[in-house]
Amino acid sequence: MMENNKRPKPKKGVLGRVLRSVFGAYPVMMPLTIVCILISALSASIPSIFIGKFITLIEDAVKTGTGVAAWKLISADVFKLTWILIGIYTFALIATTVYTQLMAYITQGYLYKMRKIMFDKMQYLPIRYFDTNKHGDIMSHYTNDIDTLRELVSQAIPAIVRAGTVVISVFIIMLYYSVWMTLILILGIIAMLIVSKIAGSNSSKYFIAQQKSIGKAEGFVQEMMNGQKVINVFCHEKEAEDSFEKLNEELRVNATKAHAFANLLGPVIMNIGNITYVLVAIAGGLFIWLSSAYGFQNIGFSGLPFGIAMVVPFLNMSKQFSSNVNQLSQQINSIVMGMAGASRIFDLMDQAPEEDDGYVTLVRAEIAEDGTITETPVRTGHWAWKHPHKDGTLTYTELKGDVRLTNVDFGYKDDKQILYDISLFAEPGQKVAFVGATGAGKTTITNLLNRFYDIQDGKIRYDGININKIKKAELRRALGIVLQETNLFTGTVMDNIRYGRLKATDDECIEAAKLAGAHDFITRLPQGYQTELTNNGANLSQGQRQLIAIARAAVSDPPAMILDEATSSIDTRTEAIVQRGMDKLMEGRTVFVIAHRLSTIKNSDVIMVMDHGHIIERGDHEQLIAEKGTYYQLYTGAFELS
Amino acid sequence: MIKRLAKSIREYKKASVLTLLFMVGEAIVESFIPFITADLVNTIRDNAGRADTYLVGEVTKTGALLVLMAVLSLICGGSAAVLSSKAASGFGKNLRKDMFHKIQTYNFQNIDKFSSASLVTRITTDVTFVQMSYMMIIRTAVRSPLMILFSVIMSCAMGGKLAISFVFVIPFLAGGLFAVSRFAMPAFHKVFKKYDKLNESIEENVRGARVVKGFSREEYEKEKFDKAAVEIRKDFTTADRIVALNNPIMNICMNFIMIFVLSAGSLYAVRDASIDVGQISAMITYGVQVLMSLMMLSMIYVMITISAESAKRICEVLEEEPVMSSPENAITEVADGSIIFDNVSFKYNESAHRPTLENINLRIDSGMTVGILGGTGAGKTSLVQLIPRLYDVSSGSVTVGGKNVKEYDIETLRQSVAMVLQKNLLFSGTIKENLLWGDKNATDEDIIEACKLACAHDFVQSFPDGYDTFIEQGGTNVSGGQKQRLCIARALLKKPKILILDDSTSAVDTKTDSLIREGFRKFIPATTKIIIAQRVASVQDADMIIVMDNGIIIATGTHDELLGSCDIYKEIYEQQVHGGENDGE
Repeated sequence: MMENNKRPKPKKGVLGRVLRSVFGAYPVMMPLTIVCILISALSASIPSIFIGKFITLIEDAVKTGTGVAAWKLISADVFKLTWILIGIYTFALIATTVYTQLMAYITQGYLYKMRKIMFDKMQYLPIRYFDTNKHGDIMSHYTNDIDTLRELVSQAIPAIVRAGTVVISVFIIMLYYSVWMTLILILGIIAMLIVSKIAGSNSSKYFIAQQKSIGKAEGFVQEMMNGQKVINVFCHEKEAEDSFEKLNEELRVNATKAHAFANLLGPVIMNIGNITYVLVAIAGGLFIWLSSAYGFQNIGFSGLPFGIAMVVPFLNMSKQFSSNVNQLSQQINSIVMGMAGASRIFDLMDQAPEEDDGYVTLVRAEIAEDGTITETPVRTGHWAWKHPHKDGTLTYTELKGDVRLTNVDFGYKDDKQILYDISLFAEPGQKVAFVGATGAGKTTITNLLNRFYDIQDGKIRYDGININKIKKAELRRALGIVLQETNLFTGTVMDNIRYGRLKATDDECIEAAKLAGAHDFITRLPQGYQTELTNNGANLSQGQRQLIAIARAAVSDPPAMILDEATSSIDTRTEAIVQRGMDKLMEGRTVFVIAHRLSTIKNSDVIMVMDHGHIIERGDHEQLIAEKGTYYQLYTGAFELS
Repeated sequence: MIKRLAKSIREYKKASVLTLLFMVGEAIVESFIPFITADLVNTIRDNAGRADTYLVGEVTKTGALLVLMAVLSLICGGSAAVLSSKAASGFGKNLRKDMFHKIQTYNFQNIDKFSSASLVTRITTDVTFVQMSYMMIIRTAVRSPLMILFSVIMSCAMGGKLAISFVFVIPFLAGGLFAVSRFAMPAFHKVFKKYDKLNESIEENVRGARVVKGFSREEYEKEKFDKAAVEIRKDFTTADRIVALNNPIMNICMNFIMIFVLSAGSLYAVRDASIDVGQISAMITYGVQVLMSLMMLSMIYVMITISAESAKRICEVLEEEPVMSSPENAITEVADGSIIFDNVSFKYNESAHRPTLENINLRIDSGMTVGILGGTGAGKTSLVQLIPRLYDVSSGSVTVGGKNVKEYDIETLRQSVAMVLQKNLLFSGTIKENLLWGDKNATDEDIIEACKLACAHDFVQSFPDGYDTFIEQGGTNVSGGQKQRLCIARALLKKPKILILDDSTSAVDTKTDSLIREGFRKFIPATTKIIIAQRVASVQDADMIIVMDNGIIIATGTHDELLGSCDIYKEIYEQQVHGGENDGE
């Protein structure tokens, strides 16, 4: 990962990294844009020279007299100057048009690139990332952070280049006129810098505080809106309002301060500019007097003596100078916020991806009568693990769904062990059930089977192959999964089922839906299989969503499956109907089932009763009942499962 | 809409008006500053030849005036800066407060209309938008037109004939800026819609990370995202490019004025001698000012149109009227826990063609235990929600304690009819704080008593912090069964006349479940208990069991009666007994 070592200080080098990545993405366009900005900025400082020239021309002419004759005398010069001015302006206009259009193009292109890198990167982050970060926080990278980055790239950077160019070029021209006068102006600049720094840092401090308050208020509102019905039932409206008032007031105070400091910057800098203007004027008068009375010498590259021809343009420039410093200072907040956003985006980009050093892959296979397996591109209905060895040989192992855990230890954090010495084996076609209270470690085991998390000690083998050697994508393809919390995607019902196997035909999807017992209700939906689902299938009941998820797993047709509370939200009557489908779905597959309702796991080949990370009982239903242990107590209702 | 929003300004009206005044003051002072600077330049010009301190003295005199103006302008501008942020942030606060307050008056029917996510966005993002444009409006809405007016007058007065350039420039600029925002607006509208969609799909991806990985769909997701992101890029670029046209338009106008004033100015000054150099420079100064102010105005215009969308969404919340309210002379005492449904039909939505409940007739005596069974969508929840008047009936009437529910003060009714919702929630806070929702004056003894009755006391005590254990948002750190029992205890603290449990013990084991019911019978015999359940076992011993299907009551009776008379009941019962009489749920 680039710059991984810099992560402890995210602020440092962020702007540089943004600039590098913008220039990297647009190696031709971006420099071209900068050149155009420079041209447009420089041409903005030229007119003051022309105003001077015109005015000298007019004044000289008027001195000798006015009228048509006088006009004729200078008209050629006026036309010449006018044409030059038109020429410069046209050039500047083209530069401005080009850079603003290019900037729009570059900004969006850059944001696209950043979004894409983030999203692509995110696809390969380990599940741990999603489990340990709040989804709202992850989302804000794509919304708030990208928005601040947009501001930074599209507004702040051009403004800085533009205003910066004017400031520097004006400063150089001022030195050209007079070093002494410039020194006076520097006083003003120092004052402006100090003010910008104070107001700017206060403003950013409160902007960040404001952002935090917004976050807090949002969290609170979210909780209350979700529980609004409970609030209603308990007539708790008044209390909710009182609690909100506190957060709301805190937000108001921070927002007021943030904006007050930001707003203050403009008037303060402009008026420091005005006062500097006066100082420069007085100094100009003083210098003119000193030079004529005492022969005080001006220092400047122009060699101009103190006098009206030098002081007047100088005054104009000091005005231009402060208005551009003002423009620069207006960008301070955009820059601070943009850098904060960018550093969060870079943080996501710098996350270590899920490691996958597996090399065993899944291939279509032909199995001869004598049991020899050969790889084939055609569909045979058989699959095999292709296992390259160190000595260069290849072996093929038929995909059967034989899963074994030997002495597995695991904890999500190093200091808190969750699973202790778990050993179990599931032969192809067997149904293995896990029973136990919340936190007993049932779901954790399933997290290990498909390597969402890696075990700390012990071994897990799939068809005799250590799962660490199997490519993760292939391992997961061989191990279907249906979770309690159903996640559907925006799209039609058909699309959602097909998610299990992208190449499945419509008929295969419908077949899978029938198997899962979902076909009936789907056909009763307004557009049947073509009904659009949005917002995680909000228009369906939880039970219906689970049925679609089961169909989705069925269409992927894996040799082994994990069903984690897959039917928990289906009412008992519907479940009886689904059960037949489920049984058919489980037929011939190795299945790991976690279920609340003991009725759904009664017919398992083996039931594991778990408690605090240990398997405390194992056996089939009859054996466990006969044992009169924990399972028996659960079954007779003496214990609570949750 | 504006009127509606303006109501929320309230105590910040003063700061808002003062902002306007100070901005006017700043505008006036700022308009005079060019005069003084011109004066300053002239002083230097006129006295540059004198070899004494007279020039310095003169410059200092005029300079002092300019410093005074700068200080004045700073006072005005600074005050406006502080006041405007105070006014806008205060306005924003009041808007949030008013919206939150309004939402608290909503009935279930109102809540169903808005998704909770959309309410959150409205209270946060939309208000921020409106607040920002409010600040912009009070800072510039008066100032900019004033500056334009003043500058135009000054240019006409001082620039004479040269002011004619405005005749060309202002219509061109106004037209150009207007056209740009006209085209930009729909383009942005389109972008924001797509943007929302993109974000939704990212959220789906984040939420469904396990599914994506489980099916190894990373590449597929990447392609899907790329398609959407490319489109956003295209539309956003178009919108941004339209807006970027503002720059060249502005440039053309500025350049035109410069060229016109300088060249035509030379002509008039030299040939006709009708104007002088001073007029030319004044014309340039004021010309630039007019254009700048116009630019500001067009920015405000864009800002207002963008935030108009947000303002509309805020107003929708503020204008949504609660469907029901307590009647005048409302009854504030519920006599007993008897309930009568008289020919009740109910629809969630006027336009729904099939009613959710149809012709419900029911008589429940005070102190009875009633069980309700039925499949998903049978109407069980809808039925019980009518009792505490969470919804109003479409026809027929519901009577509690001998009076129509519509005659009660709503708070009284809901205090007496405690309902444990199916989708129940604990809030972040300690267990005790959560329980106090039931009765904020409850003593520790009351709390313990309620928890004992709900079989929650034992496990609460087993926590290291006991009743002070902090519950995370959504109650994620207690198990499902524990959460349900705490919710029951919370409802019991109301000391209700009627207690409704809507599938509230589904995660509680059967033994505890029956212990709870036994406790109810023993300790709150006068309270009417209505229990919706999936398990026959949970309602088997009720005084009356109601079997529902498709919005109608298909049978009522005791367990034994129903076994003989109701096929569906029998089917459910047998399936459950068959599938394991005592599920470990």
